Amino acid sequence: MPTSWRDAFDLGDREIPVGPEPEGREGVFSRLRQGLSRSRKALGAELGSSLTAGIDDGTWESLEEALILADVGAPTTAAVVRRLEDEYEAGDVTGGERLRERLIELLAETASPSADPRIRLGADPAVLMVVGVNGTGKTTTIGKIAWHLQQELGLDVVVGAADTYRAAAVEQLTEWAERAGCQIVRGTEGGDPGAVAFDAVEAARARGSDVVICDTAGRLHTKGNLMEELSKVRRVIAKQLPDAPHETLVVIDATTGQNGVRQAQEFSRSVAVTGAVLTKLDGSAKGGVALAIASELGIPVKLIGIGESLEDLRPFDSEQFARALLAE
Amino acid sequence: MFDQLSERLQGVLSEVRSRGKLSEDDVKKALREVRLALLEADVNFKVVKDFTASLRERLEGEEVSEALNPGQTVVRAVNDELTELMGGGSRDLAFAPNSPTVILMAGLQGSGKTTAAAKLAKLLRKDNKDVALAACDLQRPAAVEQLQKLGEQAKAHVYTVPGESDAVNVAKWALDQAKAEGRDVLIVDTAGRLHVDQDLMDELAAVRKATKPMDVLLVLDAMTGQDAVNVAESFAEVAEFDGVVITKLDGDARGGAALSVRAVTGKPIMYASTGEKLDELERFHPDRMAGRILGMGDVMSLIEKSQEEFDADQAADLEQKLRKQQFTLDDFLTQLKQVRRMGPLGSIMKMIPGMGKAMQGMGEVDEREIDRIEAIVLSMTPHERAHPDQINGSRRKRIAAGSGTNVQAVNRLVKQFGQMRKMMKQLSEGKMPSPEQLMRGAR
Ligand SMILES: Nc1nc2c(ncn2[C@@H]2O[C@H](COP(=O)(O)OP(=O)(O)O)[C@@H](O)[C@H]2O)c(=O)[nH]1
Ligand SMILES: [Mg+2]
Repeated sequence: MPTSWRDAFDLGDREIPVGPEPEGREGVFSRLRQGLSRSRKALGAELGSSLTAGIDDGTWESLEEALILADVGAPTTAAVVRRLEDEYEAGDVTGGERLRERLIELLAETASPSADPRIRLGADPAVLMVVGVNGTGKTTTIGKIAWHLQQELGLDVVVGAADTYRAAAVEQLTEWAERAGCQIVRGTEGGDPGAVAFDAVEAARARGSDVVICDTAGRLHTKGNLMEELSKVRRVIAKQLPDAPHETLVVIDATTGQNGVRQAQEFSRSVAVTGAVLTKLDGSAKGGVALAIASELGIPVKLIGIGESLEDLRPFDSEQFARALLAE
Repeated sequence: MFDQLSERLQGVLSEVRSRGKLSEDDVKKALREVRLALLEADVNFKVVKDFTASLRERLEGEEVSEALNPGQTVVRAVNDELTELMGGGSRDLAFAPNSPTVILMAGLQGSGKTTAAAKLAKLLRKDNKDVALAACDLQRPAAVEQLQKLGEQAKAHVYTVPGESDAVNVAKWALDQAKAEGRDVLIVDTAGRLHVDQDLMDELAAVRKATKPMDVLLVLDAMTGQDAVNVAESFAEVAEFDGVVITKLDGDARGGAALSVRAVTGKPIMYASTGEKLDELERFHPDRMAGRILGMGDVMSLIEKSQEEFDADQAADLEQKLRKQQFTLDDFLTQLKQVRRMGPLGSIMKMIPGMGKAMQGMGEVDEREIDRIEAIVLSMTPHERAHPDQINGSRRKRIAAGSGTNVQAVNRLVKQFGQMRKMMKQLSEGKMPSPEQLMRGAR
């Protein structure tokens, strides 16, 4: 459960200047809360009162309702609520407030399935591959990560523009690279993404850079040929640098519903995903599908996106996420 | 024939047939399954509640009809209700009496506005309209460049104002230009924005005010979850959208968000976007979406698509051949080519009920396989094509060499063709083959 940038990245034995910490819990919290719509607030209040007042069937129902509305999905919701109900029946948890805290614990546990959720950047160079369906925020997230590593942690970063498909995708990443002050390796629109990935890793080795971040074209996880193309990019990287890519992050839009589970699953199948980035949490969507992804597939969320600017990236804090799910 | 929901309903309603009517308990069980299926499809929780309440009324005392089993009876009822809720009919774009007709695109980040704008431009170009695009997404890096490239592909002029940072100014300027240049249609692309972002929502309202669009279209990702209702309500309030373009329907999202949006705003879904290529935009059909949400496949689309592509005489001829079992490998090849013209084989297959599931994890049907099949058939003599059962070992070797494949591939084709013939015969007799049969025929 990383709450600070230091805990978000495993940088191996690199010397890191003491960088600024992300804004405190309260800060992100209130930003996330700003997104709450009126209906959601009303529901949160209703839930709060039923949890602190008497506990009956209605309590469990409104809990389920809150989680379903947060996109947690029926199976994961049922599993979590059943556990809480069992503990309550067994007399392990009593009282509304205690119950609510226990629920948050259970949700946070479900959201962080792995022992060490840090992003591994210890290798030299470390290669990070970013994948996901169209429009989830891959390129933006890469810009933010690159900025953070380059400017805040003082690492030397190279980004590879291997989205050679979408119109002006290369121009978009170029703009982000400029903002982040990092290097960029480009191919041509319509060119071979594998070749761009190869060149990016090559350039990083030649320069002695610390980190390579490889952008890829958005694709629907149902398109077999495009998914095969993605595994090919991965193979090209692995061939060049054993153990690479060291991290493969799937970017999931917090607005996504249950289809997000299928996305994570299919991307995992073709490129061995090591973590998820949950973007657009600055909206009113809760991103509960990340909980289903974590519990059903064991893929941890590592970073969250909370806006469109460089600094709108945060380490994932499962407790904070759990609290926001219940929209208190 | 229907998958998942139907099967699950069959399971919980297995006792009904003997009684002929749905009891209170049956209805309860059925509603539970329907509720779960709708939630799985991302229909909003509250919409599901209302929906199941009205379904309950209909189901109580519903006769289990002769033709359908209890599960299918419920599915049909759900399908009818869903279709009705989704609007019954679709709606066309409105054109202004004085050109240009302005169409404003709005939506969340990453929903597919820019691509949808270009696709719409291309669609209208087909009707010989002079279409221009206004690049008013000044937020996302390189969004203007993206629109310029897509506009070029769609053969639509793109208005941009380099250096300008106010979207309202660009919109106004583009409108003036479009008027001066006598364009028929001006499509205004805007930045993606969160419905809770007050500044950007204000900007959208201002662009709307400045351009007085005939139609404002909300672009909505088919994968959107429960939040779709909040998004739709806010955009309805600020942008007063007239219709919805639902995107990324080529994936496997059930698209329950479409239903939620329709239910809370009453606005029709007008277009469905089904791919990254510019001609992959279709009119939306509410009845088909019902089947999709329930995971029942898109029978209507398939039928219509094939009707568009096959000419009637050919079809009649084909039917004759099928009936008389005179369907040859030559006909097979012609069919394959026609199917191919209908679009990528994978997407066609998914429209067949039950196939969506069968094809999961299988990936797309390999289009190169069709090339191989073509090569093999073309290496056969006309006699062999008409009588594939007479192709013996030495002939197979010759055909393999001639087509640059191997004997196994030839064997496979001959065998598949035999199965296909059988299946076709069943089809022509009105029997629906099982998904497994279809799969074997296709692979
Ligand atoms: N509000 C918000 N918008 C985001 C976030 N991340 C990305 N976006 C926006 O989502 C849209 C798609 O992002 P992009 O990076 O191009 O997605 P890609 O297609 O996955 O590379 C852009 O308009 C981004 O500005 C986020 O955390 N919050
Ligand atoms: Mg991108």
